Amino acid sequence: MNDNATAAVDRSERSSMRSLTAVLMQRIQSGWKTLVVGIPNVWLLVFFLAPFFIVLKISLAESIIASPPFSPLVEWSEEGALILQVIFDNFIFLWEDDLYFNTYVNSIKIAIISTVLCLIVGYPIAYGIVRSSSTTKNILLLMIILPFWTSFLLRVYAWMGLLADQGTINSFLIWIGLIEKPIRMLYTEFAVYVGIVYSYVPFMILPLYANMEKLDMSLHEAAADLGARPMTTFLTVTLPMTAPGILAGSLLVFIPAAGEFVIPDLLGGGNVLMIGRVLYNEFNSNHDWPVAAAVAIVLLLILVIPMMLYQHIQSKQAES
Amino acid sequence: MSQQADNQDRPWLDPDAEPFIKVQGVTKKFGPFTAVDNVDLQIYRGELFCLLGGSGCGKTTLLRMLAGFETPTSGTIYIDGAEMSQVPPYERPVNMMFQSYALFPHMTVEQNVAYGLKRDGVAKADIAMRVSEMLKMVELTPFSKRKPHQLSGGQRQRVALARALVKQPKVLLLDEPLGALDKRLREQTQFELMNIQDQLGITFVVVTHDQEEAMTLSTRIAVMDEGRFVQIGTPTEIYESPDTRFVADFIGSANMFEGRIVENGADHVVVRVSDPRIEFFIDHGMSIKEGTKVWIAVRPEKIKISKNAPTESGANQIQGTVLGVGYLGNLSTYRVQAGSAKVVDVTHPNQSRPKGDRHAVDWDDQVYLSWDPSSAVVLTK
Amino acid sequence: MGQKRSTFLFSALCFGMAFLYIPMLLLIIYSFNYSKIVPVWGGWSLRWYKVLFESEEVWSALTLSLKIAVMNATFATLLGTLAGLALVRFGRFKGRTLFSGMITAPLVMPEVITGLSLLLLFITMAELIGWPGERGITTITIAHITFSMAYVAVIIQSRLAGMAQDLEEAAMDLGSKPIRVLVDITLPLLAPGMVAGWLLAFTLSLDDLVIASFVTGPGANTLPILIYSRIRLGLRPDINALATIIIVVVTIGVIIAGYLMLRQQKQRERDMQMAAQEVVKLDA
Repeated sequence: MNDNATAAVDRSERSSMRSLTAVLMQRIQSGWKTLVVGIPNVWLLVFFLAPFFIVLKISLAESIIASPPFSPLVEWSEEGALILQVIFDNFIFLWEDDLYFNTYVNSIKIAIISTVLCLIVGYPIAYGIVRSSSTTKNILLLMIILPFWTSFLLRVYAWMGLLADQGTINSFLIWIGLIEKPIRMLYTEFAVYVGIVYSYVPFMILPLYANMEKLDMSLHEAAADLGARPMTTFLTVTLPMTAPGILAGSLLVFIPAAGEFVIPDLLGGGNVLMIGRVLYNEFNSNHDWPVAAAVAIVLLLILVIPMMLYQHIQSKQAES
Repeated sequence: MSQQADNQDRPWLDPDAEPFIKVQGVTKKFGPFTAVDNVDLQIYRGELFCLLGGSGCGKTTLLRMLAGFETPTSGTIYIDGAEMSQVPPYERPVNMMFQSYALFPHMTVEQNVAYGLKRDGVAKADIAMRVSEMLKMVELTPFSKRKPHQLSGGQRQRVALARALVKQPKVLLLDEPLGALDKRLREQTQFELMNIQDQLGITFVVVTHDQEEAMTLSTRIAVMDEGRFVQIGTPTEIYESPDTRFVADFIGSANMFEGRIVENGADHVVVRVSDPRIEFFIDHGMSIKEGTKVWIAVRPEKIKISKNAPTESGANQIQGTVLGVGYLGNLSTYRVQAGSAKVVDVTHPNQSRPKGDRHAVDWDDQVYLSWDPSSAVVLTK
Repeated sequence: MGQKRSTFLFSALCFGMAFLYIPMLLLIIYSFNYSKIVPVWGGWSLRWYKVLFESEEVWSALTLSLKIAVMNATFATLLGTLAGLALVRFGRFKGRTLFSGMITAPLVMPEVITGLSLLLLFITMAELIGWPGERGITTITIAHITFSMAYVAVIIQSRLAGMAQDLEEAAMDLGSKPIRVLVDITLPLLAPGMVAGWLLAFTLSLDDLVIASFVTGPGANTLPILIYSRIRLGLRPDINALATIIIVVVTIGVIIAGYLMLRQQKQRERDMQMAAQEVVKLDA
């Protein structure tokens, strides 16, 4: 009897100890989890999200000659009536100024055309890689990825050498007698297209490859078995099924191309208006920071839908 | 006294026996979805208990709650007298064998098996000894230095088993232990599992969707559906006396007839079925009111099939036409049209060799079906 | 998948590879040109390599870039791994949507916007709290970490998603507390992903011009900034030499890495085949 009682007390003590350690463990664990989420989260809040609010704030300020060259916003609250006018000044300026307006339109045009060109060039390459034997496939993939690891800047530079008036292509064409005077290619829109396609085509090929690799090739056989000719099979089976890859790749090309700075600057020179370059120059040469900030905000607004679309695709892919 | 001796192998029949695992009113919800719905369960020391059900029935969730990977939304779980629902998996006296085996790919067989002992702070020499003993038991000694990807499926399964057993858990949880093996290996491994369980006396809780596996392995089976237990019992009970139509249909197959009780005597029941128009005579009394709608389940192998009329006339007989014969070698299955719409399945062992291509009963034959009064089961649900 | 490629696909592949590699090949050839004017051939020479190696500017820019790249890669791998773990293994937590948005956004954010916004942040911070007093190596490193960690997080995420959670549960079942599981199981299995992430972050940092030129300060010229300032005005033979060195180093690195990976994969396949064959033999 006595023994039983002691045992019972013992047990209840032990169980209360156990629940105590359990609670403690949970505390430590949740603390540990907070840390894992917290550190990168705080970093991104400070260095990624906060800057956007600063850009927004400055885009709403007036340009003044000072350092930093923009008016502080704190003063606004005292002159309530002025707020609206001040707030949208820079944006109204962008809208009314033909140069900026045309630059945005031109950037989007160039980005769209380059995306289509990348798709035309990249699709057969991706398909060719998928259809290769496994060893060849690995080598080809490596060859597609390799340029990624070399300098982007120098790859653009390589085209300067090819496209220049006395560059390799012109010299070659003159040498074989096809032309007499060099064709102007460098510092034209053509050069910008070449540069963008060259730099971004791997971004198109890789998502396409990943998508096609998962495709069940027996579907093609099934289509053929049901009487579809190769072209019909391609149009009715392959193309629709690679749509997710096409979309992902297109977004991966379109978004950075629309904001591209290096390529229009080095290959387009002053002749091709693209917003990334205007923004850079606005900032570094003109020192009109509020306008530059407004330019950035508008660019962001234009790209926010494709960016969210891409993110949506990514997260859907991560789930499956 | 003799009653107690009888119950030694069947502790669940002994009202005084203390259950080793006690699940009380456990519910688990994932958002709006209720995976396990207010279940109670007692499992006794040394049992080989099976949770059987289709996919999504809640069996795996229940197992994961026993292991500690899920916390019950409500209810309590006791293992060996200790309340478990808030105890994390690494402090529970249970180990699990995963469906995927979950062998650590960066460790050798030996390291995999030793992992749990290291976490318990067992002395190095002891670890080495226990690991080598365990590997010997599962016949993997020559493979101890290999990595998991250098093993076959069956070998991996045995590593997983060894890794879970080496800690001498109070309970071993097995999630579809034979699911990834091919049929031949599965049959062989079934008996190995039973042997090991017998040797070590550890309580096994097995989750499976394979009724054959559950029938051969277990002391008792709990059939689950939509988060609840439909029936808990020994394999014989589950098969021979199913409680519901679901169980009768899920375990094996059954011919189901819908009818009403027309006579309810002390030692027999008569059920009238409309299609085919017959009366079932059941040789035990039941506490069901006359006129109640019931279902009769008769297993295909319990039905006799013959081209000659049975000698004794009366209840539990139908006449019909053979619609189809499936010859399986050891036995044949017959589909018999035995009413305006009712098709009855019958299986019959092929005890004599057919002469040439002619079978004793063949397509389009007129046949008589009959069964014992004890063979049919009356179901109310 | 062993179907024959059509002639069309074959020529597409050849054209694609030529398109990707001929410009680089020409870049390399012209680096050995004696002539000061790049496209005019003046005979083979190592002249521009000598010019390059003797340039102190190049050396200091390279040192700065390497310093930033190493620091960036290390911190980005750390932060990116934490972020990947949080996203894949913690289920739903408060603020997850914002968090995952912030993780992937830098991947597609135009560089000019990232650069501009970070510069404005640094300026505002300097005004408010007096830090960073001077822009240069620190600000560039911070900017690089911010976008590199996104790439690392994506690599870690996909590796974790492919890694069965069973393994972590099994370790816990065998008596490991969560931190122990992380050390024993998760991190070792993530190691290849972390190495890949580190290398990627390292390269991204070495490659970045736009963001660095926004957030850099006086005198802190990274290698891309230096290259850019030179090639803006036209072709420079010493830059060809530099490009050649970079291409050769990267190519050798990638080939070695690719070869090692391929060999490992082959070995694995052989092991698995052998295990299967053994069983057949034992059965017989």
